[in-house]
Amino acid sequence: MIHRKSIIAGLVSCAFIGLACAVPARAQVAEAGTPPVPQVQQQPWSFAGVFGRYDQNQLRRGFQVFQNVCANCHSARLLSFRNLEEPGGPAYSEAQVKQLASTFQIADPTATGGKRAGLPSDGWPSPFATDEDARAANGGVVPPDWSVLAKARGQERPFPQWVFDFFTTYQEGGPDYIFALLNGYQDPPAGFVLPQGKFYNAYFPGHAIAMPPPLSDGTVTYAVGPNGEKAPETVEQYARDVSAFMAWLSEPGLNGRKEAGFRVIAFLLLFAVLLYLVKRRIWENVEH
Amino acid sequence: MAEHQGSHTQPVGAGKWWDDRLPIARGVKQLILDYPTPKNLNYWWTFGSILGAMLIVQIATGLALSMHYVPNAGLAFDSVEMIRRDVNGGRLVQAVHSVGASMFFLALYIHLARGMYYGSFKAPREALWLLGCTIFVLAIGTAFFGYVLPWGQMSYWAATVITNIFAAIPVVGEPIMEWLRGGFAVDNPTLNRFFSFHYLLPFVIGGIVVLHIWALHVPGNNNPTGVEVRSSRDTISFSPYYLAKDLFAVVVFLIPVAWLAFFAPDILGHADNFIPADPLVTPPEIVPEWYFLPFYAILRAIDFPIWFIDSKLLGVIIFGASIVVLFFLPWLDRSRTRSGRYRPLFRVFFWIFVVDFLMLMYLGSRLPEGIYVTLAKLGVLYYFVYFLIILPLLSRYETPRPLPASISESVLPPARS
Repeated sequence: MIHRKSIIAGLVSCAFIGLACAVPARAQVAEAGTPPVPQVQQQPWSFAGVFGRYDQNQLRRGFQVFQNVCANCHSARLLSFRNLEEPGGPAYSEAQVKQLASTFQIADPTATGGKRAGLPSDGWPSPFATDEDARAANGGVVPPDWSVLAKARGQERPFPQWVFDFFTTYQEGGPDYIFALLNGYQDPPAGFVLPQGKFYNAYFPGHAIAMPPPLSDGTVTYAVGPNGEKAPETVEQYARDVSAFMAWLSEPGLNGRKEAGFRVIAFLLLFAVLLYLVKRRIWENVEH
Repeated sequence: MAEHQGSHTQPVGAGKWWDDRLPIARGVKQLILDYPTPKNLNYWWTFGSILGAMLIVQIATGLALSMHYVPNAGLAFDSVEMIRRDVNGGRLVQAVHSVGASMFFLALYIHLARGMYYGSFKAPREALWLLGCTIFVLAIGTAFFGYVLPWGQMSYWAATVITNIFAAIPVVGEPIMEWLRGGFAVDNPTLNRFFSFHYLLPFVIGGIVVLHIWALHVPGNNNPTGVEVRSSRDTISFSPYYLAKDLFAVVVFLIPVAWLAFFAPDILGHADNFIPADPLVTPPEIVPEWYFLPFYAILRAIDFPIWFIDSKLLGVIIFGASIVVLFFLPWLDRSRTRSGRYRPLFRVFFWIFVVDFLMLMYLGSRLPEGIYVTLAKLGVLYYFVYFLIILPLLSRYETPRPLPASISESVLPPARS
């Protein structure tokens, strides 16, 4: 009996050790001449983990960066002005959102002249009329739409980590990657041939990215907070804030979802305990 | 507990009027609530009820989703996002549906493994097993069709890769593939028909589940000892005993479902599926959902031809055979002892098979290169050797341990000597 169990235990542990060794082995594989892509660092996001919530001030700062820098090239077709006043997001006031929307001219065939001032119900206008225009203005590449971009990026997590991720509910691979990317512009290492019109980025797959370094210190002037505090106007801070904004953009209902989760899981746990007691009571007199 | 009949309280008034004309209540009472069940079933047996509950969850959430989803290649991706953003409760319904599919397969694999370990497929329960395998195949189809519907990059390329499988069939392969796709490439017609089938198949599954339960109730449940029920002392009625136990198990199972749906709804998916489908851009790697990985590994492991069969066709044949072989299990494992509990050698090979299945699952998620190719081939080899050689030989040459005389004896405390 013990003998058989130890065979099985041995096989299982061999399999696990095999897995553990195999994963890093693959991470190191890189094409000759191309420096390996470093592991993206996990950032301390306010919205990470089961207790994580968006930081309203951070989202507002991130929105400022988006509006002043990123939105010049990137669209966000699933963002409507009204989303900016929803609770759990940047949560601007109704008046602020109305005012903001009205500064945009929206194409509307039913309006006189084909254009009218924006309303909160309007979608965020795209910077380019067509994909062809976007390509022509950006070296042949359409800047990706931002709506769910933070969910469409990420990286594979090595072996024991992805198991722990189910318990820590790590879902921030996208913001982590975007933050690393925005801080990852460097001079190409010696011997790396950078194609015409591309930029070297340590974290971009293949390293040659079409997007020029979008941020520089002091580009965006942050508003002063209610207590006179002001976030630093550095590339790192901009990158952090705009990554958080992108996370919100891809998952605007996160706060409410997690709050409901606590209620549901608490109910299920309590219900399970009660059902267990019922079951035990019913089975009391049965030999089984 | 000896007498299951007669405990039925006679309905009166309107209930009696109805019962005299269509005895639904009486039928439920006699066929389900009073159904005599072996009293020694362990918690592995609760996965049948868990699967039933999950099927209901999937159909209910799917019904709500289909009211808002738009099966059009240009609109599908954004319609799923609209459900997540603008439909009341849509984020939750969509999350439960996608997490629920994964959890359904988790329960399905446990249910299958339980049947294989305790010999629940053996005479007289072959029909039960065949119907269960049919449900498995239909569930694979349903999950695949459903995965295509959000029309992200993974959806699109999964549809392309899977329909491409049929092109491997000689002569008629190409026309079949085009017929399935509704065109030369995966496009709007493909999405439309996949949506239609995704809606249809769960109801077909529901119908076969009824037959599955019927086929269960004719011979009655197997049990952990594998010894047939000898007398009414061995059984208890389904209600309240197993009703309470299964309900408890279902609620416990719903806790991880809720955990994922509320706290990590996209953790089981692939980031690339948040990029809208683009026929011109192939993703760096195309991987199916985790529950298809073992079969995906089997499909890819065959990279060599045999005689006149080229490697692609051979891969498809082996891939198909890996599922078809399950249907033949009752005639491959012919050991008269049902339960693995009393089969010392079988147990070792069974657990190696489980590890092999998990290894194939892991290998399915890797690029087919280096050591992974060799491991996958060994994994496929063991998969088939287990079914086609080990099980038939074991049933002939293994000496099982002595069986308890009855279920009742097996659950009594050891006699003091």
